[in-house]
Amino acid sequence: MGKTVVSATLARAAARAGLSALVIEVEGKSGLGAMYGQASLEYEEVTLSAGGGPGGEGDVRARTLTPDEALLDYLRDHGLSRISKRLVASGALDVVATAAPGIKDILILGKVKQLERSGEADLVILDAPAAGHAITFLQAARALLDTVRVGPINAQAKEVLEMLTDHARCRVVLVTLPEETPVNELVDTAFSLEDRVGVGLGPVVVNGLYDDVMGVGADPIAAAAAVDATLRAGEADVLAAAARFRMDRMALQAEQVARLAEQLPLEQIRLPFVFTTEIGPAELDLLADRFLAEVERLPEVV
Amino acid sequence: MAVREQAPSLRELLEQRRILVCCGSGGVGKTTTAAVLAMEAARAGRRAVVVTIDPAKRLADALGLEGLTGTPSRIEGAWPGELWAMMLDTKSTFDDLVVANASSPEQGERILQNRFYRNISGALSGTQEYMAMEKLYELHQRSDFDVVVVDTPPTRNALDFIDAPRRLSHFLDHRLFRMITSPGRGIAKAVNVAAQAFLRTVAKVVGAEVIDDAVAFFQAFEGMEEGFRDRAEAVLHLLSDDDTAFVLVASPRRDTIDEARYFAEKLADADITVRALVVNRMHPRFDRGLAEATRERARTFEGTDLGGLYRNLADFQLVASREDEHLAGLAEAVAPAPVVRVPFLSSDVHDLDGLSEVATFINQRL
Repeated sequence: MGKTVVSATLARAAARAGLSALVIEVEGKSGLGAMYGQASLEYEEVTLSAGGGPGGEGDVRARTLTPDEALLDYLRDHGLSRISKRLVASGALDVVATAAPGIKDILILGKVKQLERSGEADLVILDAPAAGHAITFLQAARALLDTVRVGPINAQAKEVLEMLTDHARCRVVLVTLPEETPVNELVDTAFSLEDRVGVGLGPVVVNGLYDDVMGVGADPIAAAAAVDATLRAGEADVLAAAARFRMDRMALQAEQVARLAEQLPLEQIRLPFVFTTEIGPAELDLLADRFLAEVERLPEVV
Repeated sequence: MAVREQAPSLRELLEQRRILVCCGSGGVGKTTTAAVLAMEAARAGRRAVVVTIDPAKRLADALGLEGLTGTPSRIEGAWPGELWAMMLDTKSTFDDLVVANASSPEQGERILQNRFYRNISGALSGTQEYMAMEKLYELHQRSDFDVVVVDTPPTRNALDFIDAPRRLSHFLDHRLFRMITSPGRGIAKAVNVAAQAFLRTVAKVVGAEVIDDAVAFFQAFEGMEEGFRDRAEAVLHLLSDDDTAFVLVASPRRDTIDEARYFAEKLADADITVRALVVNRMHPRFDRGLAEATRERARTFEGTDLGGLYRNLADFQLVASREDEHLAGLAEAVAPAPVVRVPFLSSDVHDLDGLSEVATFINQRL
């Protein structure tokens, strides 16, 4: 659905607004680094774009998180480094994670909470797992509180849940495409997240909308005549077919956007389809412009 | 350059092979592709069953899968063969496997009741993938179907479903827990004590009952590992068998193409050949023109209707050429497998007519 593109855009937009942003990847191999013209991300934090300058831009930094590394950090912070290596190396984490489902998710979210609390960045952006997994992922804290009733994991789960349900600290931004199945999935996910996790939902991002182009409704022959241009043989048909395709898809997209608005009473941020199929720094800047313009359009958050 | 052998077309594959595995990353139309392949096999007179993982609701309705569990249901239609469809039920498939491998009904029951076991189906990574392969094996062994088409789960790690059988049997064979569950003597006993101390520390972090459940599970499972391991080997063997054809499903976006290439490489490492590539949601190509030249014309007539018409055409010329570029490398990587391009359809597929529309594209060759 373009989750990673939207995370990258959001970070870029935040930086433009003078905020420092930290993007956290949890599924590896996302191509976020490439969008900023850099290598793949690692566990060690890297700066994707440096702030400062005349506009007073914020930094964009990024890193990955894996349950194994988060566990090592956690155990070290809690004076348990003695067992940490063995727990990871022996594969016992798999066994423990099966015994208490959600433990890997809590390790990740616990680390996110720690990063948020440290105040290193004004905005922490978590590129979370896709639809089906997102609910389980964010629900892990609540589920774990039932399984693990005492001890540090229980405390961790409580603090994570506190962060997730505090609408001033954390919002979930759902991303979708203006197509039938993604819209259906998004509506289901939105209601599940609100009911089962109690998270606050931010605006929905609808990604990949075809921009309107002047003249696509016009007859090519008349349009050429109007400017005294000569069309090659067959060119009028090609122009007309391409224009019709865009108009048809725009109509389908508008239908899905309207349906989404009807079924989900959330504000929408609409981002354009990028025809180059590859997102680099230039495309990201364009998307960030659009993102900020869309945010301007939203009613003031109280 | 050597002349490439003529590889079977996708149509030939679905008319001849006994197993078709649709694999690829999430959101590329795997489920729809699997349904189309099964329907076309039924049209070719075969008895086909499609195992889907998590179909979008309207497709599920079209396939008559609403509210069904792990039993195939027949879909009526105007074809000489048979079309059956079922949804994968990970838990009941796992339960059946446990019961089949238990040395006594009591052992089976003890495992099914264990809380740790009940978490396995939902929490252990790769379980769903393993069960998809297990179901495939089971349906293949039965004689009611000529061809089994399976849709694989959208996984983080593209190859979970190949690794899963081995990983699960490794997990069930876990050394740490074997030390605790086996009565120790001599050196084993010393190790045992160390393991116990380790577990006590872990219990402090996650809670003792969690560990108790796990230990009880591994105790109950004692003796069943071998059956599981043998079965995992048989499933893997079947996947690399000549009866099985892997169909790689992708969309022409750069990231999914990259994932598909990675996927094809990993399959090759596992001695599995991709027999066909299906690329869904291709943008149309309206002519052979170059985007840059068209863009130039758009600039010449900027601000007029004609300029807009050129700009629009240039957008689609650019996206189509990029898609072709991305696809070329992947097609080369899976050659001589046929590449089937399915264009953007005017709506999502959610009925048999929609499946038929997609089917018209599967006779193509590159």
